[in-house]
Amino acid sequence: MNIFGFAQQFFDAPGRWSGADGIPTRLLEHVQYSALALLIALVIALPVGLVTGHTGRGGNALAVLATAARALPSFGLLVLLTILMGLGLTPVMVPLVALAVPPILVTTYEAMRGVDPSLVDAARGMGLPWWRVLGQVELPVALPLILSGIRSGAIQIVSTATIAAYVSFGGLGRYIVDGLSQVDYAKVVGGAVLVAALALATLGFFWLLGRVLVSPGVRRSR
Amino acid sequence: MIVIDAVTKRYPDGTTAVDRLTLEIPDGSITVLVGLSGCGKTTTLRMINRMVEPTEGRILLDGADVREAPVNALRRSMGYVIQHAGLFPHRTVIDNIATVPRLLGWDKHRARERARELMERVGLDASFAGRYPYQLSGGQQQRVGVARALAADPPVLLMDEPFSAVDPIVRKGLQDELLRIQADLGKTVVFVTHDIDEAIKLGDMVAVLREGGRLAQYAPPARLLSAPADAFVEDFLGVDRGIRHLSFFGTEGLELTAEPIVTEDATAEQVRAATLPEIPYVLVTDAEGRPRGWADALDRATGGDGELLPYGHAFTVGRDSLRAALDAAVLSPTGWAVAVDEQGRAVGVAAQEAVAAAIRSAHTAGVLR
Amino acid sequence: MSHGGFFEVPSDLQNTWWGLVSWQLQLTLVPVLCGLVIALPIALLCRRFGWIYPPVLGVATVFYAVPSLALFVFLIDWFGESDLTVEIPLTLYTLVVLVPAIVDGMRSVSAETRAAAEAMGFGTLRRYVQVELPIAVPAVFAGLRVATVSSVSLVSVGMLIGNEGALGNLLSDALNYHRPLLAWDAVISIAVIGVLLDALLVLARRLLTPWARKATAK
Ligand SMILES: Nc1ncnc2c1ncn2[C@@H]1O[C@H](COP(=O)(O)OP(=O)(O)OP(=O)(O)O)[C@@H](O)[C@H]1O
Ligand SMILES: [Mg+2]
Repeated sequence: MNIFGFAQQFFDAPGRWSGADGIPTRLLEHVQYSALALLIALVIALPVGLVTGHTGRGGNALAVLATAARALPSFGLLVLLTILMGLGLTPVMVPLVALAVPPILVTTYEAMRGVDPSLVDAARGMGLPWWRVLGQVELPVALPLILSGIRSGAIQIVSTATIAAYVSFGGLGRYIVDGLSQVDYAKVVGGAVLVAALALATLGFFWLLGRVLVSPGVRRSR
Repeated sequence: MIVIDAVTKRYPDGTTAVDRLTLEIPDGSITVLVGLSGCGKTTTLRMINRMVEPTEGRILLDGADVREAPVNALRRSMGYVIQHAGLFPHRTVIDNIATVPRLLGWDKHRARERARELMERVGLDASFAGRYPYQLSGGQQQRVGVARALAADPPVLLMDEPFSAVDPIVRKGLQDELLRIQADLGKTVVFVTHDIDEAIKLGDMVAVLREGGRLAQYAPPARLLSAPADAFVEDFLGVDRGIRHLSFFGTEGLELTAEPIVTEDATAEQVRAATLPEIPYVLVTDAEGRPRGWADALDRATGGDGELLPYGHAFTVGRDSLRAALDAAVLSPTGWAVAVDEQGRAVGVAAQEAVAAAIRSAHTAGVLR
Repeated sequence: MSHGGFFEVPSDLQNTWWGLVSWQLQLTLVPVLCGLVIALPIALLCRRFGWIYPPVLGVATVFYAVPSLALFVFLIDWFGESDLTVEIPLTLYTLVVLVPAIVDGMRSVSAETRAAAEAMGFGTLRRYVQVELPIAVPAVFAGLRVATVSSVSLVSVGMLIGNEGALGNLLSDALNYHRPLLAWDAVISIAVIGVLLDALLVLARRLLTPWARKATAK
């Protein structure tokens, strides 16, 4: 049987669409973990990236920090923290947040640095205070790039949230991990398909977000 | 009045961009800072709105040190226009212009109303209101930049090479527009350029800066042309400054000859009466009196209907300068310049000799002045 | 001495610490190198035929969105629980990161430089390879760094598909026998390998692009 057959078998199984181990529940769990992790990552990375990018200072420190965070193995971190702290949300959140912070931080910094300096000059010359220059000029112009950084962080979170199941957490990873241990290959494939679909949906969500948030004047001039 | 009082700016890397500069910038007129690249023009301009802080000296705006006012309030009271306009790409034309009024707390409707008013003032069609900057040409962007600077009706306008990135024709249009706006509004304009012709055309006062941010000469443009302070200024003005100087003399004193002008339907008799011994041509006008061209006097007087010679271009009495009159005389195939009134009706012709005489007397008066 | 030192690996993994490290390096570097080798011609094609770049970019973005674990799982069907099952998805990730990095890097070559090369008589392909590609080297390395460091970290997920995770295999023992030291071992070793590889890439980039010293701030 090929993977399509397995997937079919998975989605047709009785009870698949309801109950504690049903797809809606697992999907909701997955979305909740991911959204929470992304939110935390945004709260940490976005202000730091915006302010360092605005002032232009600390770029090298950011690059080192981002490399270090990238080098941390998410899966290892998850297992280590679970052993140290027991089951809980923190061991799951830390690796996911650590995963999303570098792309958001680095892209935001780069995006802000990339804003045409004469725009900032004009804005300051008109008497905009620094926080308006940042919020009303630099941010809207840098937004497409910043969104792409957040998007790549979000997608990594969604894919990686799968491994939370390894330490007895919920989410779509449950199917994969359980399937692997029960040698139920249909379940494994079904879980994988669902995660991939969710990641693609995330992609679509950010595309829509870009359409709504990014000014046509910026979108078209790139 | 803006007073720049013994101001020096040294950048942290040791560059002295401006060196003990003192200037008094009068209200309601255009003051141009001109000089070679890197001589500290931008630095001087940016010290006025405190984008750059002076190392020494002070800058007074209406008697008060600019450092006393809150910096952003100061900047909102001064329009600021830069080279590539620096328009916000994420905002439409109208919202770009409304930036400072919105900043000052005007409601959206009023700010946009004001923005529309300014678009008209700078010669932008209302249909541009909803466009984004990338949909405009360089010249149009620059107009938006000027409108944006004028939006909150600031008494002072700071302009840093605003027109240097557009082609000569568009630049001339923008310059004329600025002069027209200035005639209406009477702002205190500080204008930076490295183009001496632009400086002479726009400036009521021109400050020539030399390398290292030192003042070489500060004078009205006519004075600059007639009496450059030193070899540097003279060199900077270029070789034909004498000719350019003529732009500052009116044509009021120019002797015009009104006789050799006939209408198209003039009889041979009338042509003969109009013909002067010293000129073998008559100027033919249409029924309204607008010049059409020169005709051979003898040919016309004998009933001939020969082809008209083009007259080059005319100069307007009272508005154009001696430079225009000289140019018209030189270009005219007959050697006579055609003078018209504000309505474009021929009022007389002037021989090259008459222009030369006018130049001589203007020169005597000008040098004595 | 059942709870050994940092470099002692439980006997059920049938490997030494050094063995795990070299396995880890193999699972990381093989995909990155393959990815680079495949990415170059694809990028050149995208550069030459501009219209294929947007679809390629689309496919790359979509692939990037598919979780590594999901890809591992799909590939078990064909390759069983083997090294290839881990290496193929990592190769794909590398491709996905590198192709846009190379194309954007080549595109960023200034119009003047391009015109100058053309005026000197460079043919299109020659210009790509001898002018644009070298100028894109810093961008390529930026991509390589991201691909390498994330691959090092992703390898450990291979543990879930039948102990194909090199150093990551320490993690299952750590959890099953509750031995935090093993988890520390895995995390620290992997992170150190990641940082070292990254440093090596930075060094290589500097050696290859002496003209771009100033651009190292990135
Ligand atoms: N932020 C800075 N730090 C150090 N030196 C500076 C800085 N800004 C300007 N300078 C130097 O100060 C001098 C004057 O610069 P400024 O920008 O005022 O010249 P400018 O007259 O406007 O020239 P241009 O016509 O080229 O615009 C130059 O030598 C310049 O290199
Ligand atoms: Mg300047």
